[in-house]
Amino acid sequence: MKADGPATDALRKEAADLLSRGDVGVVIGYGRQDDADLAAPVFARNAEDADRLVFDDHCLGNLAVYLPRSEIRAMGRAGVVVKGCDLMAVNVLLRENVIKREDVVLIGTHCAGVGEPQLEKCSTCDVHSPEGCDVVVGEPVDQPKVDEEQRYKAAAEIDAMSVEERWDFWRSQFDKCIRCYACRQVCPLCYCKRCIVEKNIPQWVATSAHLRGSIAWNVVRAFHLTGRCVGCGECERVCPVGIPLGAINQKMSRHVGDSYGFHSGLSADQEAPFTVWSPDDSDEGIL
Amino acid sequence: MSEEKPKKDGQDKWEPRIIAFLCNWCSYAGADLAGMSRFGYPAPIRVIKVPCSGRVDPLFVLRSFEQGADMVLVSGCHPGDCHYTSGNYHARRKLLAFRELLTFLGIDPRRFKISWVSAAEGGKWSSLVAEVTEEARALGPYKEFPRSVSEGVSDEG
Repeated sequence: MKADGPATDALRKEAADLLSRGDVGVVIGYGRQDDADLAAPVFARNAEDADRLVFDDHCLGNLAVYLPRSEIRAMGRAGVVVKGCDLMAVNVLLRENVIKREDVVLIGTHCAGVGEPQLEKCSTCDVHSPEGCDVVVGEPVDQPKVDEEQRYKAAAEIDAMSVEERWDFWRSQFDKCIRCYACRQVCPLCYCKRCIVEKNIPQWVATSAHLRGSIAWNVVRAFHLTGRCVGCGECERVCPVGIPLGAINQKMSRHVGDSYGFHSGLSADQEAPFTVWSPDDSDEGIL
Repeated sequence: MSEEKPKKDGQDKWEPRIIAFLCNWCSYAGADLAGMSRFGYPAPIRVIKVPCSGRVDPLFVLRSFEQGADMVLVSGCHPGDCHYTSGNYHARRKLLAFRELLTFLGIDPRRFKISWVSAAEGGKWSSLVAEVTEEARALGPYKEFPRSVSEGVSDEG
């Protein structure tokens, strides 16, 4: 997909219309500087700004992360460019009443996959065409059938190890963690105003970049996203030390899928697995 | 807290530290009944009373391991008996998912127990503690879990 393709033209026109009509105070989209590999976020405040918007296969980021932020809300209604995967995160934000549907204008993009080489998540994507957006730009893409096993491949590889091997693996992974919290900052669903790691009376999670605190942090991050994570993979992509966070998210997604038939982000009306319960839930493993 | 103290004669055997989070309404009362009924149970278990098994944040479990627990037990009311109607149902979903996460990360799931013990089950409490204590002894000290921030310059002696 080219930056000067039809998707970009339609996107610019749509954004310019929304901004000039005053329907939105800002359009959050992607822009390209020269030949940068990564499309950076653009916050278009008026119709002229809209010309800076692009959509191509360098648009990796999940822009839903900006929606809960107070500085964005202060701009009024927000238009946001979403790929199918990003839309799933918006659905969770709607479900959790973090944003209201009337406060956002969703500009969906048909997407055949992003990244060079293409991101792993795109090979198991079943939302090439976002549904439920206010407007969708770009050429429709064929939706291939997704192999369920493929979807959880990274988790399955680690699951195949013994407990001791897994411990050695994760110990060496978490030992690399520098506690930059990039995984948290980039996650559209980590929107707490005050994160548990910033609470210090009591201090639940040791703050230094040491294995003890890093285990606690990574466990807490994964657990707070259980039944919520939509698998956009941003946490793993931004991790400067390359911890395979996606595998942990996959594992937990699979658990809530297998146990409670729940797949996060498919709609804004779902009930999350930890907010509901059933007397028929499994008692397996309870003494 | 309970670091190695000078051993008295006949007490030089290693004993595990087991932290048990018991709900106020069922399991704690069950443990109390065990005591009142003179059902003995092994001493390595340290009981912490919580209002409900639903109160147990996974961080309590992690923190216990960090502070030197060799096993953690969470016990609440049987499904259907929760004093707050649904606390234990929420706990069941959360804690089983948490165990799934621990297992995936290589933290031995045998060191994290969940049980239902009612206020009338003094006998069950007694035999449950005997059983898990035996297992904890067999598993041995949980040395793998990093307990000090400056591991290698360990404060564990």
